[in-house]
Amino acid sequence: MTAALIFEQLLNGVQLGVMLFLTAAGLTLVFGVMGLINLAHGALFMAGAFVCAWTAAQTGSFWIGLGAGTLAAAAMGAVVEILVIRRLYGRDHLDQVLATFALILIFSEGALMIFGAQPLWLDPPALLSGAVHLPGGAAYPIYRLAIIVAGLAAGGALWLLISRTRVGMRIRAGESDREMIGALGVDIAVLYTFVFALGAGLAGFAGAMVGPLQSVQVGMGEPVLILAFVVIVIGGIGSIRGAFVGALIVGIADTLGRVLLPMGFATIMPASDAASAGGALASMLIYLIMALVLAIRPAGLFPAQ
Amino acid sequence: MTAREGLVTAALIAALALAALWADGAGEPYWVNMASRVAILALAGAGLNIALGHGGMVSFGHAAFFGIGGYAAGIAATHAASQEPIMTWPLTVEGTDAMPTIWLAAMGASALAALAIGALSLRTSGVYFIMITLAFAQMIYYFAISWPEYGGEDGLPIYARNSFPGLDTYDPLVFFGLCFALLIAALALTRMLMAARFGAALDMARLNPVRLATSGIAPYPVKLAAFALSAAITGLAGALLADLNGFVGPSLMSWHMSGELIVLVILGGVGRLAGPIAGAMVFIGMEVVVGGYTDRWQLVLGVVLLLMVLFARGGIMGALAGAPRHD
Repeated sequence: MTAALIFEQLLNGVQLGVMLFLTAAGLTLVFGVMGLINLAHGALFMAGAFVCAWTAAQTGSFWIGLGAGTLAAAAMGAVVEILVIRRLYGRDHLDQVLATFALILIFSEGALMIFGAQPLWLDPPALLSGAVHLPGGAAYPIYRLAIIVAGLAAGGALWLLISRTRVGMRIRAGESDREMIGALGVDIAVLYTFVFALGAGLAGFAGAMVGPLQSVQVGMGEPVLILAFVVIVIGGIGSIRGAFVGALIVGIADTLGRVLLPMGFATIMPASDAASAGGALASMLIYLIMALVLAIRPAGLFPAQ
Repeated sequence: MTAREGLVTAALIAALALAALWADGAGEPYWVNMASRVAILALAGAGLNIALGHGGMVSFGHAAFFGIGGYAAGIAATHAASQEPIMTWPLTVEGTDAMPTIWLAAMGASALAALAIGALSLRTSGVYFIMITLAFAQMIYYFAISWPEYGGEDGLPIYARNSFPGLDTYDPLVFFGLCFALLIAALALTRMLMAARFGAALDMARLNPVRLATSGIAPYPVKLAAFALSAAITGLAGALLADLNGFVGPSLMSWHMSGELIVLVILGGVGRLAGPIAGAMVFIGMEVVVGGYTDRWQLVLGVVLLLMVLFARGGIMGALAGAPRHD
């Protein structure tokens, strides 16, 4: 039973990792290009999930909801960038933390006023409901596999956009020397708004995709945000590749740790103690990995530049 | 400190004390407790202000120290009530309900945690530091939630308020007096420290670490010491808050609390001695006044905060006492 269980949990870990990557990619992109730390990124993740759940409930179609959630998050990102964020680029990180913390409060309270405190529920589309049989016999929901595929596809598209298109070239140029590309005639303000909206859209897409796996409610974005921070610290800030590797490490370590640590502890101590000690250690595991990476490579596994 | 800032500082301190005395005289223990809350939050902010304002270390994880202090009080009191030792190996530690001992334990535990977290986090700076302190605080938060021994997610009630030799700590005014005295002591310590060699080194570690290093002082230990001291003071405030509420739970350590601590320091004025008092007064004031009209008072807080960051920097102390003078 253990091999099948571990394989199943491994898939769950990859699924979490892929979603974390989509969230962390936007954060690290915004930091790499604009030098901004955005605490409100989790709020955009939440916005994607809320708009998706609401639209899906109105139209009866998950797919329309998914598109609406992604676009709404991107549009909100653009508006927030134009109204607030662009005033923060030249400021120190303390101001950025404070202003984006204020945005979290506004978004959370706003969502409570619009959607209420009751969580919304979102069903996976009929096409992707049901389960497949994994090797070993365990049933595994198709929807979770679809998330992995969709996340990898979105990650691939992001990679193509950044490495193969003119916009991507400008984004990379912005990361290395933002004054110079301004001097070369690129409209920096538009580029920044685009990058911010792109990151917001990715977060919104991730939020909409995980909507059917958990309840859609206020505050769902912040745990993801903090995990995305851990991802970025492990991967190296500003590096998309680092975000991908870091996200998989965090996703798999967190998921497997929660299963394997209590089981491992149970071989050396009574079952009830093992459950609490293993559970407590598992909940700290990814942070311990982060501490280890920091101790060995303070700039992360794949430092940018 | 300019004469004007000295005046404003004295006025804020006096206002807090007078508010508590007035409420007690009017027979309103609710408002005395509210003044205690202001004093405790100001104390926590005063701790954070040392790291954030003077050391330039934007710690987004001070709620962890706030919570560790709170749990120190809760755990000591629980074991004092159950008469079981906290640990028996390698040495026996009994629970206690004596506040002075609890305060020392809270400060010691917070400082130790800060030494470990700071030793790793201070290897980095800027945005990294913010994210790492947040992540470590979250780690301690999840540990508190998943460790069932002391209540886990439900938190830990403190059934009888801890005692102070010779005082009745159940009297709201007496309890306020203790919080107030500790707040004043922390502010006095901050002022003394910042006027001393250590404070000059810490200022320079914020302004220009390379210059500090070339004058023969390594910035790292200076910042680490300031970080640990900052955490100890915030931890002390946590122990007091646990006693005031008769309860300590993981929410004391949540990232939201870290954010609120930063907010009240900045609202008051970063690096200003009386900043945390002004910040705590306005923060609690908004909670009471705006919260009286609507449950969504944090929406108003968010808007005020956003406008302040964008258009009015310097906080309340900046508005009341003008720009800071470095002397």
